[in-house]
Amino acid sequence: MKTLEQTTDEILGLAARHFKIPREELAPNDDFYKKLKIDSLRALELITRLEHHFGIELPDYEVQGVTDFRTLASRIQARL
Amino acid sequence: MTTSKLHLYEKTKTLSWELKDGTIELALHHPPCNEIGTAMLEDLEQFITALETAGGKAGALIVNSRQKAGFSAGADLRELYTVSLDLTAAERVRGVRAFLERVHRVLSAIDASPLTTIAAVHGVTFGGGFELALACDLIIADKMTRFCFPELRLGLIPGFGGIPRLRRDIGNGLVRDLLLTGRSINAAKAMAAGLVSQVAAEGEALQVARATAAQAGKFDRTARMAAKRFLKPIPHEELRSGIDLFCELFERPAVMEGLRKFVENTSAHPYLP
Repeated sequence: MKTLEQTTDEILGLAARHFKIPREELAPNDDFYKKLKIDSLRALELITRLEHHFGIELPDYEVQGVTDFRTLASRIQARL
Repeated sequence: MTTSKLHLYEKTKTLSWELKDGTIELALHHPPCNEIGTAMLEDLEQFITALETAGGKAGALIVNSRQKAGFSAGADLRELYTVSLDLTAAERVRGVRAFLERVHRVLSAIDASPLTTIAAVHGVTFGGGFELALACDLIIADKMTRFCFPELRLGLIPGFGGIPRLRRDIGNGLVRDLLLTGRSINAAKAMAAGLVSQVAAEGEALQVARATAAQAGKFDRTARMAAKRFLKPIPHEELRSGIDLFCELFERPAVMEGLRKFVENTSAHPYLP
């Protein structure tokens, strides 16, 4: 079982790779909409990539209102 | 531009289509994400007229999108809201009913086409875009595709015949989940549910669809038509009931309020439920 920190770290790594942002510029409490410069359509892309990476299904209503990486990780953690 | 013949290549404001090696490729290229409003509907009607007179020139049709964000985000809600603003409730309903009737004619023509029809989808495949894909015989999805029926967020139901066509293809449990939660699902989930027939690598749905179309196009036209009528009957009665129910819901002030909120939403989240 992964810890919340491990899951958060994997999300940050994945976001850095796919949205071409240096990993060291991303932190768990960052607003990922602002930091990755994405809108809701790109957020759906992020959700899909996270589903593939973690092998889970993440209903998008669960991330409604979620803006930071750590909370996003906790939603994923609940489905691992 | 003529509408009586299927030329090798035609381009309209929102679409283009091309006949190549026995396959017709219909590409949607209406930014930002192929919203289906009056402009695209007119072009689709023009395409259907051309398709109906195509005779035996093709064996397969591929519908795909040239927009990076996805296949289609569905009906053009901004247009629907703006056009509805100055109308009475009765006029709004009359207008939306006329629009839906036209959309249904287009989708039923694709549904009943003698060609093997393939939706090659990627990214956002929402609402009316999802319904367009459901009218096709096969859906080939890029693995980054997301399917969704967000209509209930606005107090509506899918208006382009999506409910009976989705029910025709998959189990009622998932239909209820999609409708009643408004959530989106990815291509792998859609394949597991029997909605998608093949999942392609990212950016490869059109290539996979071309190979599938080349194979499907080899078969005898009469046998293909018979198989399609047997396997994929068009649920005309349910489609008709769907239009009536949509119009009944559309008449309520809550829908205009929902549309207003969507159109005026400037946050980053309008596509999340």
